[in-house]
Amino acid sequence: MDIKTLTFIIVGLTFALYIAIAIWSRAGSTSDFYVASGGVHPVLNGMATAADWMSAASFISMAGIIAFAGYDGSVYLMGWTGGYVLLALCLAPYLRKFGKFTVPDFIGDRYYSQTARTIAVICAILISFVYIAGQMRGVGVVFSRFLEVDISTGVYIGAVIVFFYTVLGGMKGITYTQVAQYVVLAFAYLVPAVFISFYMTGHILPQTGFGATIAEGVPGSGEYLLQRLDGLSAELGLATYTEGARATIDVFAITFALMVGTAGLPHVIVRFFTVPKVSDARLSAGWALVFISVVYLTAPSIAAFAKTNLINTINGPDQQGVAYEAAPGWVKNWEKTGLLKWEDKNQDGNMFYSGDERNEMVTVDRDIMVLANPEIANLPAWVVALVAAGGVAAALSTSAGLLLVISTSISHDLLKRTLTPNITDRQELFWARVAAGIAIALSTWFGINPPGFVAQVVAFAFGLAAASFFPAIIMGIFYKRMNSTGAIAGMLVGIVFTLGYIIFFKFVSPELNTPDNWLLKISPEGIGTVGMLLNFVVAYVVHKATGDAPQATQDLVESIRYPRGAGGASHH
Amino acid sequence: MAFKSGDLAKAYWRDNLSLVLKLLAVWFLVSYGFGILLVDVLNQFTFFGFKLGFWFAQQGSILTFIVLIFVYVNRMAALDNKYDVHEE
Repeated sequence: MDIKTLTFIIVGLTFALYIAIAIWSRAGSTSDFYVASGGVHPVLNGMATAADWMSAASFISMAGIIAFAGYDGSVYLMGWTGGYVLLALCLAPYLRKFGKFTVPDFIGDRYYSQTARTIAVICAILISFVYIAGQMRGVGVVFSRFLEVDISTGVYIGAVIVFFYTVLGGMKGITYTQVAQYVVLAFAYLVPAVFISFYMTGHILPQTGFGATIAEGVPGSGEYLLQRLDGLSAELGLATYTEGARATIDVFAITFALMVGTAGLPHVIVRFFTVPKVSDARLSAGWALVFISVVYLTAPSIAAFAKTNLINTINGPDQQGVAYEAAPGWVKNWEKTGLLKWEDKNQDGNMFYSGDERNEMVTVDRDIMVLANPEIANLPAWVVALVAAGGVAAALSTSAGLLLVISTSISHDLLKRTLTPNITDRQELFWARVAAGIAIALSTWFGINPPGFVAQVVAFAFGLAAASFFPAIIMGIFYKRMNSTGAIAGMLVGIVFTLGYIIFFKFVSPELNTPDNWLLKISPEGIGTVGMLLNFVVAYVVHKATGDAPQATQDLVESIRYPRGAGGASHH
Repeated sequence: MAFKSGDLAKAYWRDNLSLVLKLLAVWFLVSYGFGILLVDVLNQFTFFGFKLGFWFAQQGSILTFIVLIFVYVNRMAALDNKYDVHEE
């Protein structure tokens, strides 16, 4: 059977599985997601959180970016895992004790202000929107390859499927479905990694394999894999794989923005509001990180193997280039999507990949690496199909969840609770659908005209979360005298600064987007760290000028600092 | 107020903050320290075929993060019991 047929079968089977579980668990328990997850063991809750969390950025994009950025790609690995430490230690237990469902709820109540609440809602919508814009590209990459269509067509097909997936509703919200999605996703990620690691180095564990020596029968056998990759990089005019090229301050800033953003991301924080006990909130964060790490510890090995294999198959074992006529099937298949392009610049009929003027692979989209990797390594067709199913699961589960956040934020938090309190339930539902439709349409546009690779676009969402929510929540818990004026000023300055910086370098003047023009050499991906610091400073200064928070609020903050007496979470 | 006295409440919060700060110090050291600021120094050493700084940035820091959270979970449970503010 060919890859296309197998892909349809495996993607179809996994979809059937999710739907079956959704129907089964709905019949067995109350339909309310929050109550349903209340009875779930912290291990399963951690697994579901991991599925919710890992999107197309983690699954499809991250390893590909690491493959091309080498050491510099570590920002995603450390950033998207280290944030869980902050979540577990500084946020989750206290927010759980506070007992509200959403971040705007916490901000509105803690800062006793409708304005603070509205700003938080707008920030949450903005962050979720940027996040979903990244996902749509990822969905598009998957569909374009396996339906063998142009990337834009792939994005349109993906958008339609996401829309129906969301409208079917509830599906994403059910913990057991997410547990199944996690299993599919992790299995699909690990299987090719184990295969390739064994083939390249004889190690079953890819995590140790990419540090090992290359096995017999593979080009460069006997040499350490990473050493060979560094050597090839030097020959081909690419940055040294294990050292990278970014300025240290930028690596620091991006990692920090991603970590802090993880801890401020609305759809992640929500998961910890809904566990039964404060101690479970701590434990769930731990288990979530364990399950996330299964993928994150594997990603850098996939990156190193994929990069080595890519160079080997394009340039050939002798590094002279492989004839295009003899190119493996994956090259021609990916060319159809427009995400891989070859131009025979020196007219020798051979392909050649390098970082200098010899390069003939004029387009090698980073986002294709994870999907192409099993094909490049000549793995069986069912493995290739499995990876596609994993990518679809990752992208769909997260984008459907984010769409729900956007539509309920607009219809419920913004319209019903703030702007037009008199609308009926039917009108609320209508606006929720309109909001979802607009969000899909806009993110489809961004999917076709992406401002960066999937993981980079998603990184902007984290920067925005870091610059807006994180300081307000941290001060809300650890600095009880912080008042509403300070928090509002901080959030506004943080988000306007960060958004302005990103828009300027990505949309207004993309030609200026080079390290020399950046503030303190910090890229738009890392600027959220500066936005966060501004937020803290502005909030503190304004607070000092306007007096302490009222005593009642300070007492409230005292009461969330110890676990006893945590009731069930309540909606408003 | 779940605490018997204001002093106990202060002591609990102080112990809590001190634990969190210690763990965050390790969190900072393995990622920003070993993985970023000191990466060139550590890269002079090899660890199972990896340059050590590179290994911390792509594997070691993540493994440490997991350990940190579980240490926190256990220590906080002990602290909650000691001050009798654990959940019933």
